Amino acid sequence: MELFFNPFDNLLCILLGISFTVWFTLLLVFIIVPAIFGVSFGIRRLYMKTLLKVFEWATLRIERGAKEKNHHFSCICLFIGSNKDLDSAPEFEMSDIFYFARRGVESIMDDEVTKRFSAEELESWNLLTRSNYNFHYISLRLTVLWGLGLLIRYGFLLPLRVTLAFTGVGLLVFLTSVIGLLPNGRMKNFLSEKVHLMCYRICVRALTAIITYHDSENKPKNGGLCVANHTSPIDVIILASDGCYAMVGQIHGGLMGVIQKSMVKACPHIWFERSEVKDRHLVAKRLSDHVEDKSKLPILIFPEGTCINNTSVMMFKKGSFEIGATVYPVAIKYDPRFGDAFWNSSKFGMVNYLLRMMSSWAIVCSVWYLPPMSREEGEDAVQFANRVKAAIARQGGLVDLLWDGGLKRAKVKDTFKEEQQKLYSKMLVGTQEDRSRS
Amino acid sequence: MGSSSSRLDRVPGAKDLMEETGFSETNILCLYDRFEVLDREERGYLRLEDFEAIQQLAVNPIGDRIIGAFVFPGRETLDFPSFVRVLAHFRPTDTTWSRSGSQPEPANSRTRKLRFAFSLYDQDGDGKISRAELTEMLQAMLGMQVTDEQLQSIVGRAIQEADLDRDGAISFDEFKKMAASGQTGLKSVSSIMYRTKQQQQQQQYICGEGGTEQVHLKHSCQTLMFIFC
Repeated sequence: MELFFNPFDNLLCILLGISFTVWFTLLLVFIIVPAIFGVSFGIRRLYMKTLLKVFEWATLRIERGAKEKNHHFSCICLFIGSNKDLDSAPEFEMSDIFYFARRGVESIMDDEVTKRFSAEELESWNLLTRSNYNFHYISLRLTVLWGLGLLIRYGFLLPLRVTLAFTGVGLLVFLTSVIGLLPNGRMKNFLSEKVHLMCYRICVRALTAIITYHDSENKPKNGGLCVANHTSPIDVIILASDGCYAMVGQIHGGLMGVIQKSMVKACPHIWFERSEVKDRHLVAKRLSDHVEDKSKLPILIFPEGTCINNTSVMMFKKGSFEIGATVYPVAIKYDPRFGDAFWNSSKFGMVNYLLRMMSSWAIVCSVWYLPPMSREEGEDAVQFANRVKAAIARQGGLVDLLWDGGLKRAKVKDTFKEEQQKLYSKMLVGTQEDRSRS
Repeated sequence: MGSSSSRLDRVPGAKDLMEETGFSETNILCLYDRFEVLDREERGYLRLEDFEAIQQLAVNPIGDRIIGAFVFPGRETLDFPSFVRVLAHFRPTDTTWSRSGSQPEPANSRTRKLRFAFSLYDQDGDGKISRAELTEMLQAMLGMQVTDEQLQSIVGRAIQEADLDRDGAISFDEFKKMAASGQTGLKSVSSIMYRTKQQQQQQQYICGEGGTEQVHLKHSCQTLMFIFC
């Protein structure tokens, strides 16, 4: 009996051995080696094109099956009395309050800020259950396609990506620790650059991120500050796989902490203890010290301070704009059809988020390097920050908002309310002054 | 991938609400989505803090009064049906309803809308807008931007025009008459603020999309628009 099972066992072992070897060889040849050298076979782009064709087909089927969308647009008609000449001086009227009341109720119904913290709604379904909120059951073929997609994503892509992620992170920690043993000098910097780039490229492939970089001649240089809009922690990987940056952040515990500590051995990053983060002067001092040393890498910073859903850019914190360095703005825009990159930190933890990322189709994004900007004469930090923000919003096709995304529960500044009061009073009282003068 | 009727099942008491308020199915779903977004901690009801967290409302000069119409002493938590009932005031006015008919007065009748506006002025609920209440309202809308004298003169003039029975306060009927005869009213306020906004380069957001008469809400809420007149 034992003799009967042995050859069978052997065969199984041999088969498993062969398949693992083949698997790892393919992985190495098609993914790891290109990552090391920074070349690409174009597999991911082919994959993206195929997916687009599938989505187009699916959209057609959905539109065919969908009922007529009802567009009820009843205008908000304002209370119009007789057509009085608008240029004559308006008096206060009891009905003036209607304007503010209307605006108030509208903001209860829908305001600019709250909706930026939930995933962007898609115009058409992309065959992921998580983005299916408005699309009903259409046809058998679509369901089959969805099922097939489920199989591919969870059965093939997810294990592949997880393997790659572990490889990438593991290599990063190991190699940077090794490099940390070298004496400071050009060799160390050179090696550290290569290692960082390689590991980030592996991580990029771990997410199947298909990134298009525009205007690379504007890439951030040493002694500068790279500023970008923030959608998710993946932004760091996307930018760092195309250039070397010094990261800024708070030291975490656990795996993150291990990665941070080993990274800083190879090249100087700026990590803060939790207690130091509150001290704005300390933060500013460390940033400006780093920036003044031209041999150090450009700092990567996300001035919004929180993750926004990639439809808008919110208020930039002025701290990083006060230190007087050249600012290199970068706009990052994700294509939501392939996977929603937004991290809703109140809904998902980090691990959950990464799993969702790795089980979507792909992460497709565009990165634009904008020309460097410096603070002009007579401009204060806030105005400079707004100017940079406007440039990023314009390039990325995002809505430029002045609201503070970080104020999830805190009070809004009174200056905003005063502006409204100023405008209204100018209308009423300003004109009365004119009358009294005449 | 269920059908839309199962989506309506998520909303408790949806059918009754639809009948009572006249909102359509899509409207109710949209309102429920919004309710869930505002109810960040998923308690099932809204409180004062949830409204105060809406930044655009916090910068509205009469924002706290509007919140007070939703959440007030005696009703400190707002469940979904109450939320919908208050918002029902802002549906487009149904011109087919007539006072002499058998149906009860709907929430969005012109009178009820004016009552809502009246209640924003009349904070103590005595049915009259006293001089003090009018002053407070103007104070809220104008802030530090006018002197006391200018404020008093505006208040004085307004009371003089509105107070027909000379009792020193404005009753609801007098208010209705004023609102009806409001010559410049809403349109000029918003269009003037729009023009002034255009002169100021920076404040893009203050008047929102500025005096435009159509406001587009989140595209799944495209069916929901309001009239306040």
